[in-house]
Amino acid sequence: MAETPIIMHEQQFQKIKSVLARLFHETAARMVFLVDRDGQPIASHGDVREFDATSFASLAAGNVAATSSMAQLIGEQTFPTLSHEGERESIYICVVGRCLLCVVFDERSTLGLVKLRVKRTFPELLAIMNELAQKTEENRRLENALFAEITDEDIDSLFS
Amino acid sequence: MTFINYASREINCKIVYYGPGLCGKTTNLQFIYDSTAPQSKGKLISLATETDRTLFFDFMPLELGTVRGFKTRFHLYTVPGQVFYDASRKLILKGVDGVVFVADSQEERMDANVESLYNLEENLKTQGYDLMQIPYVLQLNKRDLPSAVPPEHLVEELQRKGEPVFEAVAFKGDGVFDTLKAVAKQVLTELRKG
Repeated sequence: MAETPIIMHEQQFQKIKSVLARLFHETAARMVFLVDRDGQPIASHGDVREFDATSFASLAAGNVAATSSMAQLIGEQTFPTLSHEGERESIYICVVGRCLLCVVFDERSTLGLVKLRVKRTFPELLAIMNELAQKTEENRRLENALFAEITDEDIDSLFS
Repeated sequence: MTFINYASREINCKIVYYGPGLCGKTTNLQFIYDSTAPQSKGKLISLATETDRTLFFDFMPLELGTVRGFKTRFHLYTVPGQVFYDASRKLILKGVDGVVFVADSQEERMDANVESLYNLEENLKTQGYDLMQIPYVLQLNKRDLPSAVPPEHLVEELQRKGEPVFEAVAFKGDGVFDTLKAVAKQVLTELRKG
């Protein structure tokens, strides 16, 4: 396989949630999301109850993948940040290792403020993601043992 | 790439429907979407041209149920089938856990099937995958059309590794869920192997 799975444990999940919560307040954002580069939503903060975070994650990943390929066509490795400014609502996306940090904000905030706060949050989030990758590798055998217990009947029951 | 979240007890997997232009990839997703209970699915997103041809991808999340206390979610994607969208197809294969190849059974689309299958193998390679190693299912779609080639002939031309083969008429739903079940089962079995 090309990449190892991301395995998120409670401790790292809570760390990520608290970083997102802080960023949310510092940027006066509407919502903050962390999604993986393949389009899986990881964590969020803000008023996301009525929001389709799953679709948002898949489109954000598609967006970054498409612009990264465009970057390579013009001789750049990637575009590490993307911003989309609307009349009232805007989106700022920053690539953090295997993940994308997405901030949705409105006229209560500014692109400059969001950029600044995301830049300051970046190293902390990257460190957590690196820790996550390391733990995934360390715990691989343990995880494998857990999923090895899945039986054919378990799988069949999903389709009954 | 599977994403396992112990905090929210979720397993997320990505399945990609691949195949030549107009073979019925989007129709497969549309049927799954229309036949699934609202609480088990999210929105069906289609990034399509004005003439309803897939431009980038279609996407729908589908929740199948719980295994050992973990919710299993499958993210279903299609690729654009038209030859000149190859850059997009490569991107969508990133992080894939399982692939369905939707073949068009019509005799006049045989070359397009073969070319698309070759393209799949090449694009998987560029993403670091090997078709022989990943969960994979072959669907023979459009079995209702008069120019449909006999299934054994299609299998001879298109089967790569003894993968499960399903005959389908996607717009009626024939074979659609059998195909999905087969690939999902392989993905979960792969997870069990570690």
